[in-house]
Amino acid sequence: MGDTTARTPAANPGVDWAALAKESVLTALVVLGLSVYMIGLKAEDVTGGLAIITRYDSVAIVTVLAFLLRAALVLVRSGVYLPVILVCGALAVAMTGLLGAWWATGEEMSAYLPFGDPVVNGLLDLMLIALAVRAALRLRASLHGPAKAMTQEEKEAKAARFVKNFSMFAGPALLAFALIYPFLPFVDRFYLDVAVLVMTYVMLGWGLNIVVGLAGLLDLGYVAFYAVGAYSYALLATNFDLGFWVCLPFAGVMAASFGLLLGFPVLRLRGDYLAIVTLGFGEIIRVILLNWYQFTNGPDGISGIPKPTFFGLPLVRRAADGGETFHQFFNMQYSTTDRIVFLYYVILILAMVTNLFTMRIRKLPIGRAWEALREDEIACRSLGINPTNTKLTAFAIGAMFAGFAGSFFATRQGFISPESFTFIESAVILAVVVLGGMGSQIGVVVAAVILIGLPEIFRDLQQYRMLAFGGAMVLIMLWRPAGLLAFREPTIRLWKGGGKPEPGNEKAAAEAGP
Amino acid sequence: MLSVSGVHTFYGNIEALRGVDVEVAEREIVTLIGANGAGKSTLLMTICGNPRATTGTITLNGEDITQRPTFEIVRMGVAQSPEGRRIFPRMTVEENLRMGAVTADPQYYDEDRARVFDLFPRLKERVEQRGGTLSGGEQQMLAIARALMSRPRLLLLDEPSLGLAPMVVKQIFEVIREINESQKMTVFLVEQNAFHALRLAHRGYVMVNGQITLTGSGDELLANPEVRAAYLEGGH
Ligand SMILES: Nc1ncnc2c1ncn2[C@@H]1O[C@H](COP(=O)(O)OP(=O)(O)OP(=O)(O)O)[C@@H](O)[C@H]1O
Ligand SMILES: [Mg+2]
Repeated sequence: MGDTTARTPAANPGVDWAALAKESVLTALVVLGLSVYMIGLKAEDVTGGLAIITRYDSVAIVTVLAFLLRAALVLVRSGVYLPVILVCGALAVAMTGLLGAWWATGEEMSAYLPFGDPVVNGLLDLMLIALAVRAALRLRASLHGPAKAMTQEEKEAKAARFVKNFSMFAGPALLAFALIYPFLPFVDRFYLDVAVLVMTYVMLGWGLNIVVGLAGLLDLGYVAFYAVGAYSYALLATNFDLGFWVCLPFAGVMAASFGLLLGFPVLRLRGDYLAIVTLGFGEIIRVILLNWYQFTNGPDGISGIPKPTFFGLPLVRRAADGGETFHQFFNMQYSTTDRIVFLYYVILILAMVTNLFTMRIRKLPIGRAWEALREDEIACRSLGINPTNTKLTAFAIGAMFAGFAGSFFATRQGFISPESFTFIESAVILAVVVLGGMGSQIGVVVAAVILIGLPEIFRDLQQYRMLAFGGAMVLIMLWRPAGLLAFREPTIRLWKGGGKPEPGNEKAAAEAGP
Repeated sequence: MLSVSGVHTFYGNIEALRGVDVEVAEREIVTLIGANGAGKSTLLMTICGNPRATTGTITLNGEDITQRPTFEIVRMGVAQSPEGRRIFPRMTVEENLRMGAVTADPQYYDEDRARVFDLFPRLKERVEQRGGTLSGGEQQMLAIARALMSRPRLLLLDEPSLGLAPMVVKQIFEVIREINESQKMTVFLVEQNAFHALRLAHRGYVMVNGQITLTGSGDELLANPEVRAAYLEGGH
């Protein structure tokens, strides 16, 4: 809110009260308009149906709070620091104290707080703290003289440097962490499950990144290929008794073929139109799965999908055919967690394959052609690139990885139905890619952890999960509109021989060039 | 080498080319001049098949390319530095050059790269810089360099002097002469800068409203009173 104006330092410290009133009243009105329906009316279960109860007192509180908070924000912007720090700080301390007491003693404290719900009160508390901190930071800056203003380019260069360094160290660090994750002391079954889920989305994100991030084709039906992969494996396994590892390549090929099938007619479309058609394709696949009862079992789904084996050794207590199992072979105690750990490593490997493949192909002519196509299709054509074939390969390869991920999903769940492949899945995967910073590999990981992992871990917070999801999206869009880690690594470096790139030695590198 | 005969091109209902005939012989520099909106860029684009000629034929080395897709025409040895440069802004200079060389045999890459860096030393200093952050003139150099990377036999240049300082214009024209002479490359050049273009070119065409109205050697056109009045007065 008002971020761009807030950044320019106030020219004169005087407060423009009229502007303050205008802005605050506007904010309050917007909040009032939004909250009348969303907060003011609530449907509640009563005996014999639903009743609508009104909560206009909450609407009033929210509106007044919006007015006051906005006014405080404007005051900070106009250089009034101390009063804001004192008032907001005092209120924040009081609220924190009350909330702490509520939490510690379990005694209802809502009589002293604006809202009846501790989480909403907590959010308000956080806003107060943020305001006080912001004012304090501004105060410090004003005491230390005006900070050196950074130009837009300097800011961008700094961000790029940060992202570059971050990616360089974070990549190996994250991989090492992922490798030892199942053996960390705090990791129990729940955390393992969450990690497997996050990793699945990381893989899907990396796969979609090829299509959206590299080739710049907005695909809103990616989940269709995920579904094709899942059903390919499920049907093969349940009908022909084939194992996961045998079916995996086939599922990838199936999904890739569907990618080609869709790609042929639609890749002449551009931008919005492509998005709409892919959206439709995703739905068509789901509807077919739902209605082709003889083949897919329709809404009942497919159950009893077998788990993957470790080089032929099943991870079960007792092998069905009396054969040897994993724990017998390795002389270990049987534990149900073993199977999840194994699944975790399977998806880790699949995801890493996707990642390595993408990193490698970016440096090959075809990968570079994808990126060039995203930047300027006409230029590409006049350089002799066949845009249709280039896009088709991107589409098919992206689909293939979705197919792999789909097989994994099927084997992990043991049961699949069309329910799992709705549009919202496509949207979430796309959100992971876009918020991660299109084309950024580590960005996808960070975004998947934030968008998938955190909501799972905070499942206890139930209805606030989606609130936090939306909040995270808004914050990312405000702070990093191009994505968390938006920075395109060049595919060729002159120091490929050995030395690491260091910021600032471009000159030396240029001289060292042939 | 290139022969355009009776070509009409439409943008929807607008007839941008109204029966154009142009011949470009092997190892020639031929220039096309004309007012804004005359259809010069359209002709260059039509040669590359985008947009396609509605009627008429375009042949390259005797082969009919009128209906060929753009990428195939380019692979037959035509390179275009299109209007507005169209370099890849987020890619580095090096990557842009690589993109130029996608259709070429990779074994010549280093050699070709060294050659364009000889022509444009400024680019060599900036191999790691992103295309979008180059200055306008540098972007123009990159666009030409990128076109050269495909080892074309026919080079189509659309206003290479656009927006450049007089010194750089001179340098670019020098480069065009150089690649024509030393690399035996045929050049078809669209220019607003009629004076320089006609002095450089062996032959020239004048286009008005989608039709060729005048043709002749560079010197003839320079001396022609009509050309002088329309394209050369006021300056030079
Ligand atoms: N994509 C298009 N759609 C519709 N009309 C177009 C399109 N491109 C060009 N035109 C029209 O075709 C005519 C010829 O345009 P063209 O770009 O070939 O002119 P030009 O000779 O290159 O001019 P300039 O010297 O200004 O570059 C103009 O009237 C222009 O408006
Ligand atoms: Mg033009």
